[in-house]
Amino acid sequence: MKAFDKLCSRAICLPLKDVDTDMIIPAQHLTSTSREGFGENLFERLRAASSDFIFNHGQAKGSQILISGPNFGCGSSREHAVWALMDFGIRAIVAPSFSDIFANNAAKNGLLLIRLDADKVSELDQQLSNFSQTLSIDLKEQVLSTSNGIKHSFVIDAFNKERLLKGMDDLDYLVAHMSDIEAFKSKQKIFLNSHSAG
Amino acid sequence: MQKNIIEKIWDEHVVKAHDEGPDIFAIDVMLLHEVTSPQAFAELRKRGLNVFQKERLFSTVDHSIPTDSSRHKPSDPLAKEQIDTLRKNVKASGVKLFDIDSGEQGIVHVIGPEQGITQPGMTLVCGDSHTSTHGAFGALAFGVGTSEVGHVLATGCILQQRPKTMRVNFKGMPPANVYAKDIIMALIQTLGVDGANGYCIEYSGEWIKGLSMEGRMTLCNMSIECGARAGLVAPDQVTYEHLKGKPHAPKGEQWEKAVAAWSHFVSDSDASFDHELDLDLSQLKPMVSWGTNPEQSVNILGSIPKLSDLPEDKKIAGKKALDYMGFDQSRDISGIPIQWAFLGSCTNGRIEDLRVAAEIIKGKKVHEKVTFYVVPGSEQVQDQAEKEGLTEIFKEAGAIVRKPGCSMCIGMNSDKVPHGERCISTSNRNFIGRQGTGSYTHLASPATVTASAIEGKITAAG
Repeated sequence: MKAFDKLCSRAICLPLKDVDTDMIIPAQHLTSTSREGFGENLFERLRAASSDFIFNHGQAKGSQILISGPNFGCGSSREHAVWALMDFGIRAIVAPSFSDIFANNAAKNGLLLIRLDADKVSELDQQLSNFSQTLSIDLKEQVLSTSNGIKHSFVIDAFNKERLLKGMDDLDYLVAHMSDIEAFKSKQKIFLNSHSAG
Repeated sequence: MQKNIIEKIWDEHVVKAHDEGPDIFAIDVMLLHEVTSPQAFAELRKRGLNVFQKERLFSTVDHSIPTDSSRHKPSDPLAKEQIDTLRKNVKASGVKLFDIDSGEQGIVHVIGPEQGITQPGMTLVCGDSHTSTHGAFGALAFGVGTSEVGHVLATGCILQQRPKTMRVNFKGMPPANVYAKDIIMALIQTLGVDGANGYCIEYSGEWIKGLSMEGRMTLCNMSIECGARAGLVAPDQVTYEHLKGKPHAPKGEQWEKAVAAWSHFVSDSDASFDHELDLDLSQLKPMVSWGTNPEQSVNILGSIPKLSDLPEDKKIAGKKALDYMGFDQSRDISGIPIQWAFLGSCTNGRIEDLRVAAEIIKGKKVHEKVTFYVVPGSEQVQDQAEKEGLTEIFKEAGAIVRKPGCSMCIGMNSDKVPHGERCISTSNRNFIGRQGTGSYTHLASPATVTASAIEGKITAAG
């Protein structure tokens, strides 16, 4: 997993509530067996429906931050949504809230999610929507600031922060605890009749 | 200490608690399908890790397989490769596969319960958000992403934050033409699509006690549509009778022991929840969605809202939905012409759903302007429907009976609603383009879908 420390970039502003995973990456693109290449079809339908859609803007490519509305990433569990955003170049998303499964998936891939109050997100949206300014994120200090002086601190749980800063991986962490896991599982009582179906 | 059912299951699965971060959380069973597993198997290979406890893993093909005779040889080369990749991966690791024509293949959330794999008190995950379906058996079941599929493959565990708990108390009994689908849609309308973010829900109330396992599965299935990763119903006699004799259910003496252990998974009488909500069922009517997310729905006697009727914070999304769906003014939801009807999916593709639909369409015809797809949730459902004469009834009426799979719920194969056409559907999501680019979806119960297919317009069942 890629480590996350500091980032300074223009931001793409998508002030929509309930951006769902079908919008982010439509299901017909999920037949790939790879993690790569999904960025090409990021928000495909919205990009096709209107040339004004923000991801069609000349400045969108190369912007590494997305600002969006509450409940971002709702819907399906497809991690492809996170892969598509990251493949496009997004490294951080600022929104009032995120859906649970999307947030879990983001944490597994080093995509930083920043939760901010809705009025602060709206303010950022107003400042950043024409790509004329940049947004800086300092994860260690838990601060974000725009090039014209708006500054907010943000909250992130200590465990997630450390994982992101170090680029640590959940699977390495779990594998390191394998003896605890095996001891636990050997004592566990479940009633799955595993042999009947062969 | 008094505990609710979610806390009981959680506490029995914590391998190692973490004060400031997620617990190491044991997963009892994982179900796999072709779409969200290939990258997980690849990750294990990359790291030189083996599959752990393969006897706790079960797989099938459902999302990208065609539902016609080409299901053996998908014409889409990527879908074919994805299916072949699953076959190779499970063969190499010794994981059970319920493959096409085994008599056991089907939508992953239909076959888990059919096989008796889904059991009370267990933790179950799958790379699919509708894994909440399995909560019908009193299991804590939720969808995970592909990285977490890999974590379970390699270690039988994931890192997981303890959820908040919510109890939904259903009050009173619903009218006869109101089904579990209508009730979960009414709940989602009440809570909103993010109303239960961060929560697991226990569903309770008198109505639940008399509800079939199929109904409970429909209810739990759509928990994710109000943001809850999991929804469950405490196990009872209905659960045990349904489970007994299924292939992977315990047998003989083990069965007695299991029931004794499972009976513990109920909320203690004084258990508390982080949030409680009552929903009165007695006044409910069949529900139909009008918009582009599952909270945007209305009862079938109601009207599509005007923009001015919507609360301030729902106006932007509401306007987008009304524009997309082609509603520039308020009108009754009933009577809207449809060109497609879909009966199937992990929400409503079980035998009980097909029975309800067959009862309504028996001796009648599908409207000449409507294509009605009936897609059994599994090969077992398909066989049972044939045995009961339901397939014949559907065919006589002019419906098209397809082979088991996710089909038109997700549109990953050629089962798509064409651009500009309108579908009434028993599936679970009406997101823009979900059933095909440029298509319009109205979610409803099997009864409403079938009545609408006959009339050629959105219609309440008799």
